[in-house]
Amino acid sequence: MTNPILEIKNLKKSFGALKATDDVSITLNVGEIHALIGPNGAGKSTLIKQICGGLSSDSGSVIFNGKDLAGLDVAERAQLGLGRTFQISSVIMEFSALRNVMLAVQAFNGSSFRFFKNVRNDKVLVARAMEILSRVDLEKRAEISAAELSHGERRQLEIALALALEPKAFLLDEPMAGMGPEGSKRLISFLDELRKEAPILLIEHDMDAVFSLADRISVLVYGRVVASGTVDEIRANPAVREAYLGETA
Amino acid sequence: MASLSRESILNIFLTLAMVALPFVATAIDEPFYITLATRVAILGLAGVGLNLALGTGGLVSFGHAAFFGVGGYAAGILASHALNYTPIMESPFLIEGTNQMLIIWLVAIIASGIVAYLIGLLSLRTSGVYFIMITLAFAQMLYYFAISWPAYGGEDGLSIYVRNAFLGVNTLAPHGFYFICLGLLFGGIFLSATLKNSRFGAALQSARQNEERLSAVGVRPFNIKLTAFVISGMMTGLAGALFADLNRFVSPSMLSWHMSGEIMILVILGGVGRLYGPLAGAIIYILFEFIFGGMTEHWQFFLGLVLLGVVLFARGGVIGLIAGRARHD
Amino acid sequence: MTAALFFEQLLNGMQFGVTLFLMAAGLTLVFGVMGLINLAHGSLYMIGAFACAAVAAATGSFWLGLVASIVAAAFAGAIIEVSVIRRLYDRDHLDQVLATFALILIISEGCRFVFGSFPLFLDVPAILAGPVILPGGLPYPIYRLSIIVVGGLVALGLYLLIAKTRLGIRIRAGEADREMIAALGVDIRTLYTIVFALGAGLAGFAGAMVGALQSVQVGMGEPVLILAFVVIVIGGIGSIKGALIASILVGVVDTLGRVSLPSMFGLFMDPSAASSIGSSISSMLIYVLMAVVLIFKPEGLVSQNG
Repeated sequence: MTNPILEIKNLKKSFGALKATDDVSITLNVGEIHALIGPNGAGKSTLIKQICGGLSSDSGSVIFNGKDLAGLDVAERAQLGLGRTFQISSVIMEFSALRNVMLAVQAFNGSSFRFFKNVRNDKVLVARAMEILSRVDLEKRAEISAAELSHGERRQLEIALALALEPKAFLLDEPMAGMGPEGSKRLISFLDELRKEAPILLIEHDMDAVFSLADRISVLVYGRVVASGTVDEIRANPAVREAYLGETA
Repeated sequence: MASLSRESILNIFLTLAMVALPFVATAIDEPFYITLATRVAILGLAGVGLNLALGTGGLVSFGHAAFFGVGGYAAGILASHALNYTPIMESPFLIEGTNQMLIIWLVAIIASGIVAYLIGLLSLRTSGVYFIMITLAFAQMLYYFAISWPAYGGEDGLSIYVRNAFLGVNTLAPHGFYFICLGLLFGGIFLSATLKNSRFGAALQSARQNEERLSAVGVRPFNIKLTAFVISGMMTGLAGALFADLNRFVSPSMLSWHMSGEIMILVILGGVGRLYGPLAGAIIYILFEFIFGGMTEHWQFFLGLVLLGVVLFARGGVIGLIAGRARHD
Repeated sequence: MTAALFFEQLLNGMQFGVTLFLMAAGLTLVFGVMGLINLAHGSLYMIGAFACAAVAAATGSFWLGLVASIVAAAFAGAIIEVSVIRRLYDRDHLDQVLATFALILIISEGCRFVFGSFPLFLDVPAILAGPVILPGGLPYPIYRLSIIVVGGLVALGLYLLIAKTRLGIRIRAGEADREMIAALGVDIRTLYTIVFALGAGLAGFAGAMVGALQSVQVGMGEPVLILAFVVIVIGGIGSIKGALIASILVGVVDTLGRVSLPSMFGLFMDPSAASSIGSSISSMLIYVLMAVVLIFKPEGLVSQNG
């Protein structure tokens, strides 16, 4: 019996006549990377938003760590241990890399309602944030403002922010997007290690990354899961080849 | 020790100038300048309050006159009851008026804080243009209430015949009252600097720049913004109490939307989000009013032109012009 | 309150609501199409009233004045759009608020400079003076009734304009997607100027019609502007239909509240206290209405996407 940390059951969301997610059921087990692939407009982003609480679902449920997430907002779900990254880097632009991570650390271990102590003198906060930055190879860029970081560095920062929450599951929305070949390679080996800390629901277009990392793959087309299985099963699945790879079987 | 930035030098200069001003005014026998400077300090404090919401938190409140006026009325009402020896209420328990500034300030801060909490609770459910219009509308509601509520003067306002008392200071002497106001202004500036550098400040700045990210790390932007809005309203409310004491008069005009606009203008003229922006803006505003107001009754026409110019062409305000772009960290 | 009085006040409320609609329609249109918040909309209302009063005084014709109000306000609107507003579309709301607040200062002081601080008076034209007897025997001022009718016609005209004409199609396209409409080859700059001038003309028209009921003076547009904001918040920003519903609602609630609350409080307290408490509360009534709408429908009664 596998042990799902995240269980998505029959999730639906329509925008007018458009069914963005149509009866999607997916599980994420401890220790695995579950990749979610599908052509543009397949509803991947909608699904992520529904899981994270940014978008309410028409029906269905999200069970995380044994708890139904219905009615919880984005912040509460993050506190429960859902660590996500955004498809387009979403960081605090005026803050340095360090202060970005410090924000996440402060949110994770303690309160944001402390009014008087200068965060720069908050040794615990700074030390922990530096530790996380070094995990994503950004410690030398700690004092650079996020606005001046390169695209790839911002992707790394994005992951650092998720790490700081010490999540029970990662939801990574196209972490490879826009990374150079060298960066992608390093990120792949990083994620490979990361799955030991917490399982990863990985949305990705980079098929090399998906096929080398994923334990399981689900294919989403027009809001429906058309196939789900191991890497080999998906490679062999004629429906996937037709719908996703554009081949005629 | 790193060398001081131009902005820090400017801040130190402004601090020294404000402290030295009454002595210079006395030396050249122009005591009226002290009154002008007192206005600067008070409006500056009101602006420091707004700047916390607007500059640090990105909350474009067009209703800060509500807090300014509530603070003013707190002072006026307490003082008028003290003067007439009539209690404010007798049941269920006795509340009497007072002429002690310390108590008046406390009441002004609490009252404006409560009003800010209620307005914030509703208006922060929205953002953008909605937020601007709703804060404006609720301030206007209080304005009309003050006009139609006859107990405290209605449209005519309420006089404070004798300036209230503060410990052993002679508040009737321009110097005494000026330094009280100046002390509170610097207290307000110090407080907003402290807040900005705190954990709360980090969350608040994040709420302005990227709410989505703030919630994704597990912090509810609403709670952060509401707290900032309340603190901001309290500071502006305290300034209102001082303003009432300065003029020895409170009227609904303290609650009007022109007042909200005035507070906002001086924050913008000085430079949004700058620590000393509200003070610099208040100096410019009062000088402008004093100089042009003395030349033509239509001085607001020129104020409009200047404001338009600043908005269209000099977005960093005066401190931005002198000190360059804001340094981000 | 008797049925006749109630009905009379209901009509007064509708008349008030209709003038609010003329203001709110322009504001909400400008916001919906250009994403701009315009505080100076009240100044355009004032310009309309002054233009009407000045032309009516010079020519003796209220009707010429009315035409002048629309022309002057629309013309002023076009000038303002080309010289200032155009630079604000890409700015944040704070800049828009400040720049249009600056415009208020400039226009108000400019108006005071030209016309002085004393209010002008505008007479109701002879043909519309006096009462009309409504079915049921209730006398009601013809002028106020005509405002309701004219306002209704303008609302209908706006609906037809937006739903049926080429200009309307472009306006709706502009709301949906600025780049798309530019790609279609529509001159977006001219379109924006036209929309702004249209809203300005409506505001000026409202100012002129109300000018004959009240006095024409500097600052007369500001209370109406803030009420128009309340209307937009209640109705749902960007929605003309929402603006119409909310204007009538606000007009009627405000008018009936002012008349009935003091007497309602009079049922259980002494008359002078009742009248002061009643009038204070009724002055806040529409804001309470706005708060209630915000709690239950933060997007307003008619959501723009609905």
